[in-house]
Amino acid sequence: MLVVEQLCKSFNTAQGTLPVLQGVDLTLARGSSLALMGESGSGKSTLLHLVAGLDRADSGRILIDDEPLDGRSEAALARWRREGIGLVFQQYNLISSLNVASNLAFQARLAGRHTPRWVDYLAERLGLAALLQRYPEQLSGGQQQRVAIGRALAARPALVLADEPTGSLDEASSDEVLALLLELVGEAGSSVLMVTHSPRLAARLARRCFLHAGRVQTEGV
Amino acid sequence: MSPLTITLQALLSHWWRHRLQFFSILVGLWLATALWTGVQALNDQARTDYARASAVLAGPTQAQLVPQGTDRFEQALYVKLRQLGWPVSPLLEGRLRLAGEHALNIRLIGIEPLSVPPATAIAGTPAQGFDLDAFIGSPGQAWVSPDTLQQLGLKGTDRVTTEDGQALPPFVLKPELAPGVIVVDIGHAQALLQAPGQLTRLMLMGDAATLPADIADRLRLQSPSDDGDLQRLTDSFHLNLTALGLLAFVVGLFIAHAAIGLALEQRRGLIRTLRACGISVRTLVLGLALELGVFAVLGGLAGVVSGYLLAGLMLPNFAASLRGLYGAQVAGHLSLPLEWWLAGVGVSVFGALAAGTSSVLRAARLPLLALAQPQAWLLAQGPWVRRQAGAAVVLMLVAFVCWRFGNSLTSAFILLAALLLAAALLLPALLDAALGGLERICRRPLAQWFIADSRQQLPALSLALMALLLALAASVGVGSMTEGFRKTFNGWLDQRLSASLYVTPQDTEQALQISDWLRQQPSVTAVLPSWRLEVRLQAWPVQVQGIIDHQDYREHWPLLEQSAKAWERLASGDALMLSEQLARRLELGLGDRLEFPANPVQPMTVVGIYADYGNPKGHLLVNADWLRGNLPEASLTNLSLSLPPDRVAPLKTQLQQRFALDDSRVIEQANLKAWSTEVFSRTFAATAALNSLTLGIAGVALFISLLTLSQSRLGQLAPLWALGVRRSRLVWLSLGQTLMLSSLTVLLAIPLGLLLAWSLVAVVNVQAFGWRLPLYMFPGQLLQLAVLGLLTSLLASVWPLWQLARRQPAELLRQFANEA
Amino acid sequence: MKPETCVVMLVLLLGGCDRPAPAPKSFAGLGQDAAAYRQVLPEHPLIFPLDHGAHDGFRIEWWYVTANLTDTQGRDWGVQWTLFRSALRPGQEMKGWSSPNLWMGHAALTGPGGHQSSETLARGGLGQAGVEAQPFRAWINDWSLRGTDGIGRLRMTAGGEGFRYDLKLHSERALVLHGAQGYSEKSGKGQASYYYSQPFYQVSGEVERGGERIPVTGRAWLDREWSSQPLAAGQSGWDWFSLHLDGGAKLMLFRVREDQGMPYRAGTWISAQGETRALQGDQIQFKELAWTTQDNGHRVPTRWQVKVPAHGVDVQVDALEPKAWMETSYPYWEGPVRLSGSETGRGYLEMTGY
Repeated sequence: MLVVEQLCKSFNTAQGTLPVLQGVDLTLARGSSLALMGESGSGKSTLLHLVAGLDRADSGRILIDDEPLDGRSEAALARWRREGIGLVFQQYNLISSLNVASNLAFQARLAGRHTPRWVDYLAERLGLAALLQRYPEQLSGGQQQRVAIGRALAARPALVLADEPTGSLDEASSDEVLALLLELVGEAGSSVLMVTHSPRLAARLARRCFLHAGRVQTEGV
Repeated sequence: MSPLTITLQALLSHWWRHRLQFFSILVGLWLATALWTGVQALNDQARTDYARASAVLAGPTQAQLVPQGTDRFEQALYVKLRQLGWPVSPLLEGRLRLAGEHALNIRLIGIEPLSVPPATAIAGTPAQGFDLDAFIGSPGQAWVSPDTLQQLGLKGTDRVTTEDGQALPPFVLKPELAPGVIVVDIGHAQALLQAPGQLTRLMLMGDAATLPADIADRLRLQSPSDDGDLQRLTDSFHLNLTALGLLAFVVGLFIAHAAIGLALEQRRGLIRTLRACGISVRTLVLGLALELGVFAVLGGLAGVVSGYLLAGLMLPNFAASLRGLYGAQVAGHLSLPLEWWLAGVGVSVFGALAAGTSSVLRAARLPLLALAQPQAWLLAQGPWVRRQAGAAVVLMLVAFVCWRFGNSLTSAFILLAALLLAAALLLPALLDAALGGLERICRRPLAQWFIADSRQQLPALSLALMALLLALAASVGVGSMTEGFRKTFNGWLDQRLSASLYVTPQDTEQALQISDWLRQQPSVTAVLPSWRLEVRLQAWPVQVQGIIDHQDYREHWPLLEQSAKAWERLASGDALMLSEQLARRLELGLGDRLEFPANPVQPMTVVGIYADYGNPKGHLLVNADWLRGNLPEASLTNLSLSLPPDRVAPLKTQLQQRFALDDSRVIEQANLKAWSTEVFSRTFAATAALNSLTLGIAGVALFISLLTLSQSRLGQLAPLWALGVRRSRLVWLSLGQTLMLSSLTVLLAIPLGLLLAWSLVAVVNVQAFGWRLPLYMFPGQLLQLAVLGLLTSLLASVWPLWQLARRQPAELLRQFANEA
Repeated sequence: MKPETCVVMLVLLLGGCDRPAPAPKSFAGLGQDAAAYRQVLPEHPLIFPLDHGAHDGFRIEWWYVTANLTDTQGRDWGVQWTLFRSALRPGQEMKGWSSPNLWMGHAALTGPGGHQSSETLARGGLGQAGVEAQPFRAWINDWSLRGTDGIGRLRMTAGGEGFRYDLKLHSERALVLHGAQGYSEKSGKGQASYYYSQPFYQVSGEVERGGERIPVTGRAWLDREWSSQPLAAGQSGWDWFSLHLDGGAKLMLFRVREDQGMPYRAGTWISAQGETRALQGDQIQFKELAWTTQDNGHRVPTRWQVKVPAHGVDVQVDALEPKAWMETSYPYWEGPVRLSGSETGRGYLEMTGY
């Protein structure tokens, strides 16, 4: 469902142009999962942002179900983020002024696909059922990340993009949260593209690929 | 639910969690609108009432015929003109004293409804419903506006008698009628004013022909341009008030701007999340704009209501000073038409746009992926501060140009505005520089942190500090001006009001009789007659006063500038003296010659210039004999008497009995002085009230800024706490920071305020009223204001710091947990 | 002043007005204190020159001159000069503004190209307007009618926007008393006025229109009438004719229209020698033949058939200017007419209450 072809992206910095992606090729089939690995600054997050339509590539193509993403307007990209994907960040990025229940249902309502039973189920599975009336600042880090995962999956997006989803958590809760994420993604029928630097976590995904110097170096199996 | 609704919900949910911020913005817009609409309500009410006053008879009135040298003339002249085919309508005007506990004084106008032309509305009353029989018949009607009745403490059904026992016709309420005026048929007016067969002027419809010679001796044509004087004379008064209102508006907007900016800052994360979740920029901006609109409407409605109340509170003083200064009648109550609500909300929307547009645009341009670190934003303020300082320099140039080359009240106000704005824009740079200097001096770690952290707070606090600076400077400036004026004015009044008793006879004939009689009174040491005439010089109304040569003038008529032997030359009849404002208007100085519009025109030399505070008209002094010789229409209007203090009261009684003069015609020096001083203190009361309100607003601005800041301050305070600084110590340190910043601001506000005071007395006053005042400094007053400023910031910091002190250690700890 | 403003004068002067009575109170008031005014009584001898002057104590009174004139090119002109006195309350004239009298002047000039009219108002008691009997002088503001030789010779001036006239009137003939020695009934119910005329004036002078002065000559007719209650309730207006027959005779005819029933008709036949015959009721027959809609929408009959069988009169009366509408405080129609049929001649027609 996701095909990335010869994707290039560079940033302008005070020291001159810094090339980050220099011709990345990638595919991800429906229902599959892929871990994107590499050292800091290898362009993992940039690639994720490009796929999310948060930024635009300099050249190359991103195809979603054979439709190119690059040519789309700002409004169309917003629609893609709203309806096509679910984003999970390292910093959770919850809406601090809304309670857990509202945060969970937020994107599903935005996408116009709010099914209360599914959201209730997610809350149940994520262990948030008792915390629905709380505000994000009243939750622990692990709990906040569960809310973020629930928010990303509430609209059953075709693609879940996760950027170091467990980066702020300790090892035990990392494993637990990731397991939950993958399980629920499977139930939702979504594909997953996850950025991580942890081989231990990457190992739990269907496929892995390593970015080095702006290119896909090897693709593990 | 549409994305817009969900966006709005998410945006608005912020306010639920940050209610104080919500109220800050609301308060800013509310105060701005309230003060602005309040001032405008006062101005508008006054202007409406001037219009009502000049529209007692509105219609195709082209010009008027007024008597020469007397107040009144016999109506045979009217009949004669009518028989010559002149389309004139007679009027009789006078003051009527009504009987009652307090002697009430009201303007009576007698009109003749049959001779006014068809298109004329009488007292704003369309000709329909005009019951001629009832109006001109017996007992007739007395038209009066409801506010006049209220002012007199009367009801519409009351029957009122004059002081000499004549019954006024029954009242008929005419809301359109000018305040302070009663309109009756001319026949009733002649009876009430005891002026049988007398008229005061003729309204002329259509074009004027040449007056027949025998009538031209008695009446002269006054062109219609003579009207509207009241509007013109009071313009500067209203402009002053408007400027103050505008200042308050700007200060209010500072609050709103600060609060909106901080709200945006706190919602950067939210905005980024919303965008990441697929909300387009358009929807986001629309949501933010709608949110701003809600604030504007709420603030506007609240502002109009409180502006109206404020105006109502200030109206009595306001009306009294207009009456005292210009003789203008302003109603004692306000009207609030629908347009007011709309205009108020409009002003609020404008204010919200001015205060919030930059924030909304910044939100729109917010890069999706930039790290939402406040520090990054604060660092980006560096060039911003430099840009502000650049703008300040440009503004100072503008101020300089206005001062050197400006020649109008508008340019004077631009000077003030540029000066204030420049100072405000320069403030962050100055404070930053001052803190930078301190930082270099400090060696101890906590002290270093103290200064560095204050510097970091500066961008967030700078708007509130600017508001404080402006408000304090305005207080210092206006305070110095009013105190200086009071001092100058009282000194001038003491000198000028040297006679013991002032007599205003009914006419020249009576004046001469009184004068003769007084000369035979042994107790009277001096009788100084004043001959008067109103003329126009360059279309400006000017009072010409003819005086005799007397030692008293040399001693008690202070001159600002004079030529050698000025009084002797005045006595000789070929020289004159001008009031300061007239000299400025005519651009004349000592030794210049003025073509005096006598017949034939007489060139006169200016030999003296004197202060004439509070007189909206021009004033000039000439020799009495010369005046009578060249302008026979001059009348003897005043007699000033010098006599021993113990003889004053008996002579007053004697005069009143012998010549049938009431209290308003024989006035003791003390009463006159008290009255003059009261008029001025009332005039400045409004100014002072607005001024203290502005200071209050600045306090609110500071309070709100500190409050919103206290939240984000946790992050800065937590490391110190972790390093072992006690919480109470932290609170004291924070308080110290606030007080340090506001002290520096207060220090800067004092020279700025003095500069402002100088601009007011030397530039604005000259343009507005035509007189320049010496600049006085009142150290006590300055100290008082400085303390007030510090107190304001202390009060503003108390609540936020208390909040800080109440924080649980866990909350400080959480700062670490959440710091990524 | 708008028409409505002059409610009092309107009611007093013309009784019937051209719109529904605006203030019933005024009618009621009229009935009540009419008794306080002096009453018109039969067999009350008129005394001259005293009766040329104003009659204090009567409610209304007028001096009314109409002139049919011809210029050197043979064109017809008509001139009207009217002064009304109206008392707000009974009693003698008083000096000053408390005078009970209001004065109103109407002037009109009708000629080739149209009709112009003007109105001027004044309060009594000041000398701004008034009438003195001996020597005769009637004036209001700058309009006047001054007599020498009683009223045998008059100088008449007035004007308005865009027109003026200055005419000399002369007649050696005796005055004509209408009705019974000047007691002229206006209804079958006792409403009456004192009414006399001088219909035999010869006129010369000039009229001025748009700055052009035009010498004219012709005939004029003076009407004098005073009363306190000329119309009965239910009388809505009148049609009044003053006709100069080319044979030398004069004819005054009027009818007062009733809301219900036959109009009240009366008139006077004045022979060329000045002998009078009072006419009444069916002796006079009127018939409207054609109507003209005025610019302001009022419909007015401007062609009439008038018959006085006893004197062999059967004429068609045509308005010279069908739109001779008087735009005054109370509007009415007044203008010169031309006669054809059994007699030829000129005259004036006044119609109120349309």
